Amino acid sequence: MTFLGMPAGGGNLTGTPFPKAARGALGDDQLRRNLAKATSTIRTKRASVVGELPDWAELRLAGAAIKDEVLANLDEYLVRFEEALTSRGTHVHWARDAEEANRIITDLVKATGTREVIKVKSMATVEIGLNEALADAGVHAVETDLAELIVQLGNDKSSHILVPAIHRNRTEIRDVFRREMAGVDPDLTDDPRALAEAARKHLRQKFMTVDVAISGANFGVAETGALVVVESEGNGRMCLTLPRTLISVVGIEKLVPSWRDLEVFMQLLPRSSTGERMNPYTSVWTGPTEGQTSHVVLVDNGRTATLADPDGRAALRCIRCSACLNSCPVYERTGGHAYGSTYPGPIGAVLSPQLTGVDKNPTLPFASSLCGVCYDVCPVAIDIPSMLVHLRSRVTESKRATPESTAMRAVGWVMSDSRRWSRLIRLGKFGRLASRHVPLPGWSSARDLPLPPKQTFRDWWESR
Amino acid sequence: MRVALFVTCLVDALFPDVGKSTVRLLERLGHEVVVPSAQTCCGQMHINTGYQGQALPIVRNHVAAFEQADVIVAPSGSCAGSVRHQHADVARKGGDEKLAEAAEDTAKRTFELSEFLVDVLKVTDVGAYFPHRVTYHPTCHSLRMLKVQDKPLQLLRAVEGIDLVELPDAETCCGFGGTFALKNSATSTAMLEDKTSAVLSTEADVLTAGDSSCLMHIGGGLSRLRSGTRTLHLAQVLENTR
Repeated sequence: MTFLGMPAGGGNLTGTPFPKAARGALGDDQLRRNLAKATSTIRTKRASVVGELPDWAELRLAGAAIKDEVLANLDEYLVRFEEALTSRGTHVHWARDAEEANRIITDLVKATGTREVIKVKSMATVEIGLNEALADAGVHAVETDLAELIVQLGNDKSSHILVPAIHRNRTEIRDVFRREMAGVDPDLTDDPRALAEAARKHLRQKFMTVDVAISGANFGVAETGALVVVESEGNGRMCLTLPRTLISVVGIEKLVPSWRDLEVFMQLLPRSSTGERMNPYTSVWTGPTEGQTSHVVLVDNGRTATLADPDGRAALRCIRCSACLNSCPVYERTGGHAYGSTYPGPIGAVLSPQLTGVDKNPTLPFASSLCGVCYDVCPVAIDIPSMLVHLRSRVTESKRATPESTAMRAVGWVMSDSRRWSRLIRLGKFGRLASRHVPLPGWSSARDLPLPPKQTFRDWWESR
Repeated sequence: MRVALFVTCLVDALFPDVGKSTVRLLERLGHEVVVPSAQTCCGQMHINTGYQGQALPIVRNHVAAFEQADVIVAPSGSCAGSVRHQHADVARKGGDEKLAEAAEDTAKRTFELSEFLVDVLKVTDVGAYFPHRVTYHPTCHSLRMLKVQDKPLQLLRAVEGIDLVELPDAETCCGFGGTFALKNSATSTAMLEDKTSAVLSTEADVLTAGDSSCLMHIGGGLSRLRSGTRTLHLAQVLENTR
């Protein structure tokens, strides 16, 4: 067998460099208000329901341990999963990257003769750019998750894992519906009930007529071949049960060993994501229902490459709850589009560069102040700050000499010897006059620099 | 007790008063302070900006400088955090297992100031007098890397004459993050603006914290706003007596 190397992730995982992309959002006051309001509401709810569980710390460690065990033996679990699926009549396909996954799915859809598919919200299909690939093949994909539908109708991009339309307020949503939803009431108000009812009518018609559905999965159970979708609206359940063809697109890291393991994640996930004790709809299916054809497409797209890195692989524990996004002070101010990837926020800043290779996402590891709140709230204890630091090293090591690396080298040389160091800081007092007039790019736009003291601490100590 | 002061590079070069206050406070509590002259910096800026290779000789220097110390105290949660959570890792990645073990040993002897006072010396009332309206910012690395919890507040509450007021959204990062403030200056500024408004809403005379770096950032913002609120390190508040 020829070893072809580990495929790099493609699809919607790269974008404009973070500092540049962030500037747009930072200048948009409405967006910043929408984000601050939404994230602080979810943060408060999460904190309250997490606080109810006395064994949260143990659950969190259990979640991390189960995922680590799966990742350490992923080859075996995947084979077991495939066998279980196949034995119950599901067709299993393997995709190395986004392109291959799109080709497989597009061929499956085209073979049914349909021109329209319905979708239950799936990050994996957004990651690989499935809707775009289907559109190129003349197939229209209808998102049925309400927030995903808003994003799709608005010809927009999702900006949050759980709440893809978090950057929109309800007046903006009403405008999108009025403009883009066929047959909508032209006097539609921005009352949430009215908006939900309009979406419901629109979607109901699709559920009753479209015969091919595409789903993702929150979990796959290796032991039984069961797939699990966790959702709030019930639209996912309509997708999973009504159509005659069901195609599920699953990242290879989504497995848990056994049915019992779900117990842990069903406590961790809803509390971390929506701040609820339990989500309204959990669908589990093992193989096709009568008269249905079912396919599972297992997607790598950079995951084995991530797995190969001992310092970064824990990012694959992620269960896409979005607690890190909702807590992150950087995300709260820039929004998700600034990250340029399907996966925004702190987890995106470590996951995207690993899936694509750091050369394709060199600014994301630096899109954090390393405040560490993401690690504190992560239900599977991913040490995102340490991982960011590790990825920063990989970015700087992959570059040739830059003014920054030269400066760092020089300062490092000074700091590794106390005589050099004390000589340097003594120069500070001579720099006192200059210091107020030397601009430090970025810093001096909003902050004054401190005046170097007349005497360093070291000199004071020696003179004492 | 004989206490080795890890003064930190920022305090040494830019905020010597913080170092002086730490020395005077510890001496007032009856301890002998030594300042190992071979020390420079913990290398955190290099590590966190992605220059682990360049950080290795800095870590080696730090470990050697404090080899003889029984107990090491730093007036910085961030630098103590780097020593405790990053040094051994940097050494190991640099292929120096012996240094990694020595760094682990240094880490065990290293304490942030409030931890040292409350956990090691078992003192919360340090006999300070500070008759001003004060608010406290729990810096991210003290809060989350070191988990100092409310130790700084225990110390502040015991200060005579103090009017301690709560900072809204206190646990939110000020946006400094070392070179983050330069690389992502617009985002950092947005975070700083929210922090300075929160500080001003308290109408405090003084904002205090356990890290000079965060105080430099917030203080730089407050100064630009021509606000009357000063920033003082926790050691400077605690050093003050009647």
